[in-house]
Amino acid sequence: MNIEDKLLLIRFNSDQSAHIKLNKDLCVDCEERGCLYVCPVNAYQIEGNEMTFDWSACLECGACRIVCSRGALNWEYPRGGFGVCFRYG
Amino acid sequence: MDERFDAIVVGSGPAGTTAALCMAREGLKVIVLERGEYPGSKNLFGGVMYTAILGKLVPKFWNEAPVERYVAKRRFNLLSETSSVSFEFSTKDFSDPPHNNSFIALRARFDRWYAQKAAEAGALLVPETDVIDVIRKDGKVVGVRTQRSEGDIYADVVIAADGANSLVAKKAGLRSDFSSDRFTTGIKEIIELPKEVISQRFGLEGNEGAAVTFGGYPSGILCGGFIYTNKDSLSVGVTTYLHSLVENKMQVSDLLETFKKHPMVKPLIEGGRAREYGAHLIPEAAYKGKMCDDGILVIGDAASLLNPSPIFLEGTNLAMASGMYAAQTIKAAKEKGDFSRRSLDLYPQLLEKSFVMQDVTKYGKIPEFVTKNPQFLTDYPDLLCQSAKELFTLDERPKAEKKALVRKIMTQNSSSLKVARDLYKAYRNLL
Ligand SMILES: Cc1cc2nc3c(=O)[nH]c(=O)nc-3n(C[C@H](O)[C@H](O)[C@H](O)COP(=O)(O)OP(=O)(O)OC[C@H]3O[C@@H](n4cnc5c(N)ncnc54)[C@H](O)[C@@H]3O)c2cc1C
Ligand code: SF4
Ligand code: SF4
Repeated sequence: MNIEDKLLLIRFNSDQSAHIKLNKDLCVDCEERGCLYVCPVNAYQIEGNEMTFDWSACLECGACRIVCSRGALNWEYPRGGFGVCFRYG
Repeated sequence: MDERFDAIVVGSGPAGTTAALCMAREGLKVIVLERGEYPGSKNLFGGVMYTAILGKLVPKFWNEAPVERYVAKRRFNLLSETSSVSFEFSTKDFSDPPHNNSFIALRARFDRWYAQKAAEAGALLVPETDVIDVIRKDGKVVGVRTQRSEGDIYADVVIAADGANSLVAKKAGLRSDFSSDRFTTGIKEIIELPKEVISQRFGLEGNEGAAVTFGGYPSGILCGGFIYTNKDSLSVGVTTYLHSLVENKMQVSDLLETFKKHPMVKPLIEGGRAREYGAHLIPEAAYKGKMCDDGILVIGDAASLLNPSPIFLEGTNLAMASGMYAAQTIKAAKEKGDFSRRSLDLYPQLLEKSFVMQDVTKYGKIPEFVTKNPQFLTDYPDLLCQSAKELFTLDERPKAEKKALVRKIMTQNSSSLKVARDLYKAYRNLL
């Protein structure tokens, strides 16, 4: 099962604005790029040479926050009531 | 909000709800702030809810709580590419309540029910409210800031029960120990199957349940897999060290897919329908921050109060115990009218005396141990499978020859002495 299909299973209460902000300038010469591996929904992708980030399907796990050692992320939770909403958990 | 509270609890997981329930029963004025749409909507675990403490707080809770099955069977599987060596414990001795205080559960349902218990006891439960910072006055924590309009709330004491990522403990300056060697991430799918199929596949009767864990596959990665039987679904997932994913350039969602395809896993989940996908961090390494400060306490996962042993993996009972001790501490502080660090220091003292700190101290070094000794997860499962295969392969060789061969396989990369030492080390550190 691919990620796109898995995302359809999750209930989201999407907000308009991003809860995680990425300073892409710091990604340019990041060698580790840990965010690519630890994110369960592949929110981080490399396009050409540039890092792209889509916060809209974020599961709010915090793995990217812990793994990014360059301080490229301004990581907060979504506003109260927004974001992922598990029905099983 | 103009109203003042005795205590503000941030987060309604098992830790926060227990603290709120105990304080409300003591007549304290308590507010619980939860960022999710409802308690549990942000929470995910394996898993088994350990209820020794819950049973004391809510007698006979199993008659009303949304638990799935009780644990009647545990199986640990060590995997190679194509084989498995397992150790199983099954019993009928837990078939009567309280069922050994071990219930498989789903957090979106369980946490919601449990939070309601705190509300019934008199705690004010406010969901959809994200705490963004603590408020300090003269160096003391005196309240929290939320994103709601007029969202500053004041109390004598704040309890940070906000889970593994604890932004509250971080912003209050109590902890900064967030590094990738200290956390594992768990990702999980809910796979729906008919109740009878689950009972048949796992050899269960009535509301018996199975907790099945796996190690050694995919090899090279510090990870483990799990399957827990719910009533009519399975919780299927993997947990893995963040640094190990990065070092191996392994995408965590691929790791789960690889695990699900293992020949010993696939038949157990075959034919099921995926219903949900989720992820959550596990704070595996012992806490390096402060348990309390003037006007604030940290409980549960927010203070990494978790036993990460691959045999036990317990967090819910440590969370509830810490919530209970925090409530006792606050009651005593209220009587003295003193919420300073010195007065709140009773809380870490109560933790130290209980199983909580004793287990955390014993098992909190596991992340370091596993990282320094990756052979336990990456080599030994495979060597054990190879040895078992050799032993049970039927041919015309005498058995003594096989025993010698097994010895050779097990000591492939080292000496017998090293293997004996390793086994002793595993016993000391992981069990
Ligand atoms: C994959 C996995 C498997 C596990 N398996 C088991 C198992 O089998 N058995 C076991 O006992 N334990 C298990 N655990 C551990 C267990 O889940 C935790 O130890 C337990 O949930 C800790 O409870 P808590 O109340 O401290 O934190 P949580 O349950 O994480 O609750 C924190 C609460 O705070 C809320 N919150 C967070 N930030 C804010 C904020 N800023 N404002 C308002 N609210 C906020 C959250 O929404 C959440 O409701 C597992 C964990 C994982 C991830
Ligand atoms: S780890 Fe941090 S700095 Fe590196 S690519 Fe990812 S977000 Fe950018
Ligand atoms: S918090 Fe988790 S799900 Fe969200 S972007 Fe980071 S790693 Fe991905």
